[in-house]
Amino acid sequence: MTNLLEIRDLHKRYGTVEVLKGVDCSMRQGEVISIIGSSGSGKTTMLRCINMLEEFQGGTISIDGQEIGYETVGGVRRRKPEREIARQRALTGMAFQQFNLFPHMTAAGNVMLGLVKVKKMSRDEARGLAEKWLDRVGLLSRKDHYPGQLSGGQQQRVAIARAIAMNPKLMLFDEVTSALDPELVNEVLQVIKGLAEDGMSMLIVTHEMRFAYEVSSRVIFMNQGRIGEEGDPREMFLKPKTERLAEFLKTSTFN
Amino acid sequence: MTYSLNFAAVWRSFDLLLQGLALSLGLALVAILAGCVIGLITAFGLVSKSVVLRKPAGLYVTIIRNTPILVLVLFSYFALPELGVRLGKIESFVVTLAIYSGAYLAEVFRGGLIAIPPGQREAGLAIGLSEMQIRTSIIIPLMLRNVLPSLGSTMISLFKDTSLAAAIAVPELTFEARKINVETFRVIETWIVASCLYVATCSLLAALMRAVERRLAVPR
Repeated sequence: MTNLLEIRDLHKRYGTVEVLKGVDCSMRQGEVISIIGSSGSGKTTMLRCINMLEEFQGGTISIDGQEIGYETVGGVRRRKPEREIARQRALTGMAFQQFNLFPHMTAAGNVMLGLVKVKKMSRDEARGLAEKWLDRVGLLSRKDHYPGQLSGGQQQRVAIARAIAMNPKLMLFDEVTSALDPELVNEVLQVIKGLAEDGMSMLIVTHEMRFAYEVSSRVIFMNQGRIGEEGDPREMFLKPKTERLAEFLKTSTFN
Repeated sequence: MTYSLNFAAVWRSFDLLLQGLALSLGLALVAILAGCVIGLITAFGLVSKSVVLRKPAGLYVTIIRNTPILVLVLFSYFALPELGVRLGKIESFVVTLAIYSGAYLAEVFRGGLIAIPPGQREAGLAIGLSEMQIRTSIIIPLMLRNVLPSLGSTMISLFKDTSLAAAIAVPELTFEARKINVETFRVIETWIVASCLYVATCSLLAALMRAVERRLAVPR
Protein backbone atom coordinates (compact mmCIF):
# COMPACT_ATOMS: atom_id res chain seq x y z
CA MET A 1 0.00 0.00 0.00
CA THR A 2 1.35 3.43 -0.92
CA ASN A 3 2.10 5.87 1.83
CA LEU A 4 -0.18 8.86 2.24
CA LEU A 5 2.78 11.22 2.10
CA GLU A 6 6.18 10.49 0.66
CA ILE A 7 8.89 13.17 0.70
CA ARG A 8 12.19 12.29 -0.96
CA ASP A 9 15.37 14.33 -0.87
CA LEU A 10 13.51 17.66 -0.63
CA HIS A 11 15.70 20.67 -1.38
CA LYS A 12 14.58 24.27 -1.08
CA ARG A 13 16.57 27.45 -1.58
CA TYR A 14 15.76 31.11 -1.10
CA GLY A 15 18.24 32.64 -3.53
CA THR A 16 21.55 31.20 -2.43
CA VAL A 17 20.41 30.25 1.07
CA GLU A 18 19.53 26.59 1.29
CA VAL A 19 16.81 26.10 3.89
CA LEU A 20 15.96 22.44 3.21
CA LYS A 21 19.00 20.28 2.52
CA GLY A 22 17.51 16.94 1.61
CA VAL A 23 14.53 15.94 3.70
CA ASP A 24 13.08 12.42 3.52
CA CYS A 25 9.86 11.53 5.26
CA SER A 26 7.03 9.12 4.79
CA MET A 27 3.72 9.05 6.52
CA ARG A 28 0.92 6.52 6.63
CA GLN A 29 -2.79 7.19 6.60
CA GLY A 30 -3.99 8.17 10.09
CA GLU A 31 -0.62 9.15 11.49
CA VAL A 32 -0.19 12.29 13.56
CA ILE A 33 3.30 13.68 13.23
CA SER A 34 4.59 16.68 15.14
CA ILE A 35 7.48 18.62 13.70
CA ILE A 36 9.59 20.41 16.28
CA GLY A 37 12.81 22.39 16.08
CA SER A 38 14.16 25.86 16.63
CA SER A 39 13.10 28.74 14.39
CA GLY A 40 14.91 28.71 11.07
CA SER A 41 15.27 24.94 11.11
CA GLY A 42 12.99 24.62 8.09
CA LYS A 43 9.92 23.05 9.66
CA THR A 44 7.39 25.63 8.41
CA THR A 45 9.07 25.73 4.99
CA MET A 46 8.75 21.97 4.68
CA LEU A 47 5.06 22.17 5.51
CA ARG A 48 4.52 24.95 2.95
CA CYS A 49 6.24 22.92 0.22
CA ILE A 50 3.69 20.14 0.67
CA ASN A 51 0.86 22.41 -0.53
CA MET A 52 3.04 24.38 -2.93
CA LEU A 53 2.84 27.65 -1.05
CA GLU A 54 6.60 27.45 -1.51
CA GLU A 55 8.37 26.28 -4.64
CA PHE A 56 11.12 23.72 -4.17
CA GLN A 57 14.10 23.10 -6.38
CA GLY A 58 14.88 19.46 -5.78
CA GLY A 59 13.34 16.20 -4.65
CA THR A 60 9.76 14.99 -4.81
CA ILE A 61 6.67 15.15 -2.66
CA SER A 62 3.87 12.67 -3.32
CA ILE A 63 0.45 12.40 -1.78
CA ASP A 64 -1.33 9.08 -2.35
CA GLY A 65 1.19 8.33 -5.05
CA GLN A 66 0.68 11.53 -7.06
CA GLU A 67 3.62 13.84 -7.41
CA ILE A 68 2.92 17.32 -6.11
CA GLY A 69 3.72 20.49 -8.02
CA TYR A 70 6.27 19.29 -10.52
CA GLU A 71 6.53 16.78 -13.32
CA THR A 72 9.51 15.57 -15.28
CA VAL A 73 8.92 15.43 -19.01
CA GLY A 74 11.76 14.25 -21.23
CA GLY A 75 14.24 14.71 -18.42
CA VAL A 76 13.15 18.30 -17.78
CA ARG A 77 11.58 19.12 -14.43
CA ARG A 78 8.81 21.68 -14.71
CA ARG A 79 5.99 23.16 -12.69
CA LYS A 80 2.63 21.52 -13.30
CA PRO A 81 -0.19 23.65 -14.77
CA GLU A 82 -1.73 25.98 -12.18
CA ARG A 83 -5.12 24.29 -12.45
CA GLU A 84 -3.54 20.95 -11.56
CA ILE A 85 -1.64 22.55 -8.66
CA ALA A 86 -4.85 24.10 -7.33
CA ARG A 87 -6.51 20.67 -7.46
CA GLN A 88 -3.55 19.11 -5.64
CA ARG A 89 -3.60 21.80 -2.97
CA ALA A 90 -7.13 20.70 -2.11
CA LEU A 91 -5.73 17.26 -1.16
CA THR A 92 -4.39 18.99 1.94
CA GLY A 93 -5.90 21.48 4.33
CA MET A 94 -3.85 24.08 6.15
CA ALA A 95 -4.28 26.12 9.31
CA PHE A 96 -1.99 29.13 9.67
CA GLN A 97 -0.29 30.85 12.57
CA GLN A 98 -2.18 34.08 11.80
CA PHE A 99 -5.51 32.27 11.10
CA ASN A 100 -5.92 34.18 7.78
CA LEU A 101 -9.69 34.19 7.91
CA PHE A 102 -11.35 36.31 5.25
CA PRO A 103 -12.38 39.38 7.29
CA HIS A 104 -15.28 40.38 5.00
CA MET A 105 -17.05 37.05 5.38
CA THR A 106 -18.88 35.55 8.35
CA ALA A 107 -17.57 32.40 10.03
CA ALA A 108 -20.00 30.34 7.92
CA GLY A 109 -19.04 32.33 4.81
CA ASN A 110 -15.39 31.51 5.38
CA VAL A 111 -16.10 27.79 5.56
CA MET A 112 -18.49 27.89 2.60
CA LEU A 113 -16.21 29.69 0.13
CA GLY A 114 -14.11 26.69 -0.85
CA LEU A 115 -17.12 24.36 -0.84
CA VAL A 116 -18.96 26.58 -3.32
CA LYS A 117 -16.04 27.70 -5.50
CA VAL A 118 -13.85 24.60 -5.49
CA LYS A 119 -16.22 21.73 -4.69
CA LYS A 120 -19.01 23.40 -6.71
CA MET A 121 -21.62 22.67 -4.02
CA SER A 122 -24.91 24.54 -3.96
CA ARG A 123 -25.01 27.27 -1.32
CA ASP A 124 -27.55 25.31 0.73
CA GLU A 125 -25.44 22.17 0.71
CA ALA A 126 -22.34 24.19 1.57
CA ARG A 127 -24.14 25.97 4.40
CA GLY A 128 -25.23 22.64 5.88
CA LEU A 129 -21.67 21.32 5.83
CA ALA A 130 -20.27 24.59 7.18
CA GLU A 131 -22.69 24.46 10.10
CA LYS A 132 -21.79 20.84 10.78
CA TRP A 133 -18.08 21.69 11.04
CA LEU A 134 -18.60 24.90 12.98
CA ASP A 135 -20.63 22.84 15.43
CA ARG A 136 -17.79 20.35 15.58
CA VAL A 137 -15.33 23.10 16.65
CA GLY A 138 -17.92 24.42 19.11
CA LEU A 139 -18.80 27.61 17.23
CA LEU A 140 -22.17 27.00 15.64
CA SER A 141 -23.61 29.86 17.69
CA ARG A 142 -20.99 32.18 16.14
CA LYS A 143 -21.67 31.25 12.52
CA ASP A 144 -22.92 34.70 11.57
CA HIS A 145 -20.11 36.53 13.34
CA TYR A 146 -17.30 38.15 11.40
CA PRO A 147 -13.67 37.30 12.23
CA GLY A 148 -13.24 40.74 13.80
CA GLN A 149 -15.95 39.84 16.31
CA LEU A 150 -14.27 36.61 17.42
CA SER A 151 -11.40 35.93 19.82
CA GLY A 152 -8.12 34.59 18.48
CA GLY A 153 -8.92 31.08 19.64
CA GLN A 154 -12.35 31.22 18.03
CA GLN A 155 -10.86 32.52 14.78
CA GLN A 156 -8.37 29.68 14.70
CA ARG A 157 -11.14 27.14 15.29
CA VAL A 158 -13.11 28.62 12.38
CA ALA A 159 -9.95 28.44 10.26
CA ILE A 160 -9.57 24.76 11.14
CA ALA A 161 -13.25 24.14 10.28
CA ARG A 162 -12.68 25.92 6.95
CA ALA A 163 -9.80 23.57 6.12
CA ILE A 164 -11.43 20.36 7.39
CA ALA A 165 -14.73 21.01 5.61
CA MET A 166 -12.90 20.59 2.30
CA ASN A 167 -12.35 16.94 3.29
CA PRO A 168 -8.56 16.90 2.86
CA LYS A 169 -6.54 13.69 3.03
CA LEU A 170 -3.94 15.41 5.17
CA MET A 171 -4.12 18.39 7.53
CA LEU A 172 -1.17 20.73 7.89
CA PHE A 173 -0.96 22.84 11.06
CA ASP A 174 1.57 25.66 10.97
CA GLU A 175 2.24 26.87 14.54
CA VAL A 176 -1.48 27.37 15.02
CA THR A 177 -1.24 28.41 18.66
CA SER A 178 1.81 30.69 18.45
CA ALA A 179 -0.21 33.88 17.92
CA LEU A 180 -2.71 33.11 20.68
CA ASP A 181 -2.93 34.41 24.22
CA PRO A 182 -1.98 31.58 26.59
CA GLU A 183 -5.52 31.13 27.91
CA LEU A 184 -6.82 30.55 24.35
CA VAL A 185 -4.29 27.89 23.37
CA ASN A 186 -6.08 24.99 24.96
CA GLU A 187 -9.38 25.33 23.11
CA VAL A 188 -7.51 25.05 19.81
CA LEU A 189 -5.41 22.11 20.93
CA GLN A 190 -8.58 20.31 22.09
CA VAL A 191 -10.04 20.64 18.58
CA ILE A 192 -6.86 19.18 17.05
CA LYS A 193 -6.87 16.34 19.57
CA GLY A 194 -10.44 15.54 18.63
CA LEU A 195 -9.46 15.32 14.96
CA ALA A 196 -6.56 13.02 15.86
CA GLU A 197 -8.97 10.73 17.69
CA ASP A 198 -11.12 10.60 14.54
CA GLY A 199 -8.15 9.25 12.61
CA MET A 200 -7.33 12.42 10.64
CA SER A 201 -3.81 12.37 9.19
CA MET A 202 -1.97 15.41 10.46
CA LEU A 203 1.39 17.12 10.24
CA ILE A 204 1.74 19.58 13.08
CA VAL A 205 4.48 22.19 13.29
CA THR A 206 4.43 23.28 16.91
CA HIS A 207 6.27 24.77 19.84
CA GLU A 208 3.87 23.13 22.30
CA MET A 209 6.06 20.28 23.51
CA ARG A 210 3.53 18.84 25.93
CA PHE A 211 0.95 18.75 23.16
CA ALA A 212 3.38 17.15 20.69
CA TYR A 213 4.17 14.56 23.33
CA GLU A 214 0.54 13.73 23.99
CA VAL A 215 -1.03 13.81 20.55
CA SER A 216 1.64 12.52 18.16
CA SER A 217 2.27 9.01 16.97
CA ARG A 218 5.67 10.21 15.80
CA VAL A 219 7.83 13.30 16.27
CA ILE A 220 10.25 14.79 13.77
CA PHE A 221 13.01 17.07 15.03
CA MET A 222 14.24 19.44 12.33
CA ASN A 223 17.71 20.85 12.59
CA GLN A 224 19.38 23.19 10.08
CA GLY A 225 17.33 22.07 7.09
CA ARG A 226 17.53 18.36 7.78
CA ILE A 227 15.69 15.84 9.93
CA GLY A 228 17.84 15.66 13.03
CA GLU A 229 16.01 12.85 14.72
CA GLU A 230 12.65 11.17 14.52
CA GLY A 231 10.73 8.55 16.37
CA ASP A 232 8.28 7.74 19.13
CA PRO A 233 7.49 10.84 21.21
CA ARG A 234 8.12 9.12 24.53
CA GLU A 235 11.56 7.95 23.54
CA MET A 236 12.50 11.22 21.89
CA PHE A 237 11.50 13.49 24.73
CA LEU A 238 12.81 11.25 27.49
CA LYS A 239 15.91 9.78 25.84
CA PRO A 240 17.04 12.04 22.97
CA LYS A 241 19.68 10.27 20.90
CA THR A 242 21.39 13.36 19.52
CA GLU A 243 23.13 16.18 21.32
CA ARG A 244 21.16 18.68 19.22
CA LEU A 245 17.77 17.44 20.30
CA ALA A 246 18.87 17.25 23.93
CA GLU A 247 19.99 20.90 23.68
CA PHE A 248 16.75 21.93 22.01
CA LEU A 249 14.58 20.21 24.59
CA LYS A 250 16.53 21.85 27.38
CA THR A 251 15.73 25.31 26.01
CA SER A 252 12.04 24.60 25.37
CA THR A 253 9.42 24.71 28.03
CA PHE A 254 7.53 21.50 28.55
CA ASN A 255 4.22 22.59 29.95
CA MET B 1 -18.35 99.64 -5.67
CA THR B 2 -21.26 100.22 -7.96
CA TYR B 3 -22.11 96.58 -8.72
CA SER B 4 -25.48 95.57 -7.29
CA LEU B 5 -26.45 91.93 -7.20
CA ASN B 6 -29.30 90.84 -9.41
CA PHE B 7 -29.89 87.13 -9.81
CA ALA B 8 -33.00 87.43 -11.98
CA ALA B 9 -31.06 87.13 -15.25
CA VAL B 10 -29.30 84.02 -14.00
CA TRP B 11 -32.55 82.39 -12.81
CA ARG B 12 -34.04 82.93 -16.27
CA SER B 13 -31.26 80.72 -17.67
CA PHE B 14 -31.19 78.36 -14.71
CA ASP B 15 -32.46 75.41 -16.75
CA LEU B 16 -29.42 75.82 -19.03
CA LEU B 17 -27.18 75.47 -15.97
CA LEU B 18 -29.09 72.36 -14.89
CA GLN B 19 -28.74 70.86 -18.37
CA GLY B 20 -25.03 71.62 -18.13
CA LEU B 21 -24.85 69.97 -14.73
CA ALA B 22 -26.63 66.90 -16.08
CA LEU B 23 -24.10 66.64 -18.88
CA SER B 24 -21.22 67.10 -16.40
CA LEU B 25 -22.58 64.24 -14.30
CA GLY B 26 -23.01 62.07 -17.38
CA LEU B 27 -19.46 62.74 -18.56
CA ALA B 28 -18.08 61.97 -15.11
CA LEU B 29 -20.15 58.81 -14.67
CA VAL B 30 -19.11 57.22 -17.96
CA ALA B 31 -15.48 58.31 -17.63
CA ILE B 32 -15.12 57.15 -14.02
CA LEU B 33 -16.78 53.78 -14.68
CA ALA B 34 -14.43 53.19 -17.61
CA GLY B 35 -11.59 54.56 -15.50
CA CYS B 36 -12.36 52.06 -12.73
CA VAL B 37 -12.01 49.18 -15.18
CA ILE B 38 -8.79 50.60 -16.63
CA GLY B 39 -7.52 51.40 -13.14
CA LEU B 40 -8.26 47.93 -11.76
CA ILE B 41 -6.46 46.17 -14.61
CA THR B 42 -3.55 48.61 -14.37
CA ALA B 43 -3.31 48.21 -10.59
CA PHE B 44 -2.94 44.44 -10.92
CA GLY B 45 -0.26 45.15 -13.53
CA LEU B 46 1.53 47.51 -11.12
CA VAL B 47 1.71 44.89 -8.35
CA SER B 48 2.44 41.99 -10.72
CA LYS B 49 5.62 39.94 -10.37
CA SER B 50 5.97 39.97 -14.17
CA VAL B 51 8.03 42.82 -15.64
CA VAL B 52 6.11 42.51 -18.91
CA LEU B 53 2.96 43.62 -17.06
CA ARG B 54 4.55 45.95 -14.52
CA LYS B 55 6.55 48.15 -16.91
CA PRO B 56 3.75 49.15 -19.32
CA ALA B 57 1.39 49.76 -16.40
CA GLY B 58 3.99 51.98 -14.74
CA LEU B 59 4.69 53.86 -17.96
CA TYR B 60 0.99 54.56 -18.50
CA VAL B 61 0.56 55.92 -14.98
CA THR B 62 3.72 58.03 -15.21
CA ILE B 63 2.82 59.66 -18.51
CA ILE B 64 -0.83 60.33 -17.78
CA ARG B 65 -0.45 61.46 -14.17
CA ASN B 66 2.36 63.86 -15.04
CA THR B 67 0.53 65.61 -17.84
CA PRO B 68 -1.99 68.34 -16.93
CA ILE B 69 -5.50 67.19 -17.78
CA LEU B 70 -6.15 70.37 -19.80
CA VAL B 71 -3.19 69.50 -22.03
CA LEU B 72 -4.56 65.98 -22.48
CA VAL B 73 -8.01 67.34 -23.37
CA LEU B 74 -6.59 69.79 -25.92
CA PHE B 75 -4.26 67.16 -27.35
CA SER B 76 -7.07 64.65 -27.85
CA TYR B 77 -9.38 67.13 -29.48
CA PHE B 78 -6.97 69.17 -31.60
CA ALA B 79 -3.91 67.00 -32.17
CA LEU B 80 -5.35 63.50 -32.52
CA PRO B 81 -7.45 64.36 -35.64
CA GLU B 82 -4.17 65.34 -37.33
CA LEU B 83 -3.00 61.81 -36.56
CA GLY B 84 -6.16 60.33 -38.03
CA VAL B 85 -8.18 59.82 -34.83
CA ARG B 86 -11.33 61.88 -35.23
CA LEU B 87 -13.81 61.96 -32.36
CA GLY B 88 -16.70 64.24 -31.50
CA LYS B 89 -16.25 66.81 -28.71
CA ILE B 90 -18.08 64.77 -26.10
CA GLU B 91 -16.56 61.43 -27.10
CA SER B 92 -13.09 62.92 -27.18
CA PHE B 93 -13.49 64.38 -23.69
CA VAL B 94 -15.01 61.23 -22.16
CA VAL B 95 -12.24 59.05 -23.55
CA THR B 96 -9.60 61.49 -22.28
CA LEU B 97 -11.12 61.70 -18.80
CA ALA B 98 -11.47 57.91 -18.68
CA ILE B 99 -7.78 57.44 -19.49
CA TYR B 100 -6.87 60.15 -17.00
CA SER B 101 -9.10 58.61 -14.27
CA GLY B 102 -7.63 55.21 -15.01
CA ALA B 103 -4.13 56.38 -14.08
CA TYR B 104 -5.26 57.99 -10.83
CA LEU B 105 -7.53 55.13 -9.83
CA ALA B 106 -4.77 52.62 -10.63
CA GLU B 107 -2.63 54.26 -7.94
CA VAL B 108 -5.57 54.34 -5.51
CA PHE B 109 -6.28 50.65 -6.15
CA ARG B 110 -2.59 49.73 -5.92
CA GLY B 111 -2.50 51.25 -2.44
CA GLY B 112 -5.50 49.13 -1.48
CA LEU B 113 -3.91 45.99 -2.91
CA ILE B 114 -0.57 46.23 -1.15
CA ALA B 115 -2.35 46.75 2.18
CA ILE B 116 -3.83 43.21 2.00
CA PRO B 117 -1.74 40.72 4.01
CA PRO B 118 -0.25 37.94 1.83
CA GLY B 119 -1.87 35.41 4.16
CA GLN B 120 -5.23 36.16 2.53
CA ARG B 121 -4.03 34.88 -0.83
CA GLU B 122 -2.31 31.91 0.80
CA ALA B 123 -5.47 30.95 2.67
CA GLY B 124 -7.31 31.04 -0.66
CA LEU B 125 -4.66 28.92 -2.36
CA ALA B 126 -4.68 26.44 0.51
CA ILE B 127 -8.36 25.61 -0.03
CA GLY B 128 -7.74 25.13 -3.74
CA LEU B 129 -8.99 28.44 -5.18
CA SER B 130 -7.46 29.62 -8.46
CA GLU B 131 -5.67 32.99 -8.63
CA MET B 132 -8.69 34.45 -10.47
CA GLN B 133 -11.14 33.15 -7.84
CA ILE B 134 -8.91 34.61 -5.12
CA ARG B 135 -8.97 37.96 -6.90
CA THR B 136 -12.74 38.09 -7.33
CA SER B 137 -13.78 36.61 -3.97
CA ILE B 138 -11.09 37.92 -1.64
CA ILE B 139 -8.62 40.46 -3.01
CA ILE B 140 -10.96 42.86 -4.86
CA PRO B 141 -13.61 42.99 -2.09
CA LEU B 142 -10.92 43.71 0.52
CA MET B 143 -9.16 46.22 -1.74
CA LEU B 144 -12.41 48.13 -2.35
CA ARG B 145 -13.01 48.43 1.40
CA ASN B 146 -9.45 49.68 1.85
CA VAL B 147 -9.77 52.37 -0.82
CA LEU B 148 -13.30 53.68 -0.28
CA PRO B 149 -12.25 56.85 1.60
CA SER B 150 -9.68 57.88 -1.02
CA LEU B 151 -11.86 56.63 -3.86
CA GLY B 152 -14.52 59.13 -2.79
CA SER B 153 -12.19 62.09 -2.97
CA THR B 154 -10.70 60.93 -6.27
CA MET B 155 -14.20 60.69 -7.73
CA ILE B 156 -15.02 64.20 -6.56
CA SER B 157 -11.84 65.52 -8.17
CA LEU B 158 -12.66 63.75 -11.40
CA PHE B 159 -16.19 65.12 -11.39
CA LYS B 160 -14.83 68.66 -11.03
CA ASP B 161 -12.40 67.99 -13.87
CA THR B 162 -15.38 67.79 -16.23
CA SER B 163 -15.32 71.62 -16.11
CA LEU B 164 -12.27 71.45 -18.40
CA ALA B 165 -14.52 70.20 -21.18
CA ALA B 166 -15.55 73.86 -21.50
CA ALA B 167 -12.18 74.40 -23.20
CA ILE B 168 -13.37 72.42 -26.21
CA ALA B 169 -16.95 73.80 -26.07
CA VAL B 170 -18.67 70.77 -24.57
CA PRO B 171 -21.90 72.30 -23.20
CA GLU B 172 -21.40 71.16 -19.58
CA LEU B 173 -21.95 73.31 -16.49
CA THR B 174 -18.91 75.60 -16.75
CA PHE B 175 -19.45 76.17 -20.45
CA GLU B 176 -23.11 77.10 -19.90
CA ALA B 177 -22.17 79.40 -17.04
CA ARG B 178 -19.68 81.23 -19.22
CA LYS B 179 -22.29 81.60 -21.93
CA ILE B 180 -24.76 83.11 -19.46
CA ASN B 181 -22.06 85.36 -18.11
CA VAL B 182 -21.29 86.70 -21.57
CA GLU B 183 -24.95 87.14 -22.50
CA THR B 184 -26.14 88.77 -19.27
CA PHE B 185 -22.98 90.44 -17.91
CA ARG B 186 -24.06 89.17 -14.45
CA VAL B 187 -20.55 87.89 -13.81
CA ILE B 188 -20.64 87.52 -9.99
CA GLU B 189 -24.14 86.03 -9.84
CA THR B 190 -23.47 83.52 -12.61
CA TRP B 191 -20.31 82.16 -11.07
CA ILE B 192 -21.78 82.10 -7.56
CA VAL B 193 -24.70 80.00 -8.80
CA ALA B 194 -22.43 77.71 -10.84
CA SER B 195 -20.11 77.24 -7.85
CA CYS B 196 -23.07 76.42 -5.60
CA LEU B 197 -24.18 73.76 -8.07
CA TYR B 198 -20.70 72.18 -7.99
CA VAL B 199 -20.53 72.30 -4.19
CA ALA B 200 -24.00 70.79 -3.80
CA THR B 201 -23.28 67.99 -6.26
CA CYS B 202 -19.90 67.16 -4.72
CA SER B 203 -21.40 67.14 -1.20
CA LEU B 204 -24.04 64.74 -2.41
CA LEU B 205 -21.37 62.52 -3.96
CA ALA B 206 -19.38 62.58 -0.71
CA ALA B 207 -22.46 61.64 1.32
CA LEU B 208 -23.18 58.82 -1.11
CA MET B 209 -19.66 57.45 -0.77
CA ARG B 210 -19.90 57.65 3.03
CA ALA B 211 -23.09 55.62 2.88
CA VAL B 212 -21.39 52.99 0.72
CA GLU B 213 -18.47 52.94 3.16
CA ARG B 214 -20.80 52.34 6.10
CA ARG B 215 -22.72 49.71 4.17
CA LEU B 216 -19.59 47.73 3.30
CA ALA B 217 -17.81 48.19 6.62
CA VAL B 218 -16.65 44.89 8.09
CA PRO B 219 -18.35 44.42 11.48
CA ARG B 220 -16.00 44.15 14.42
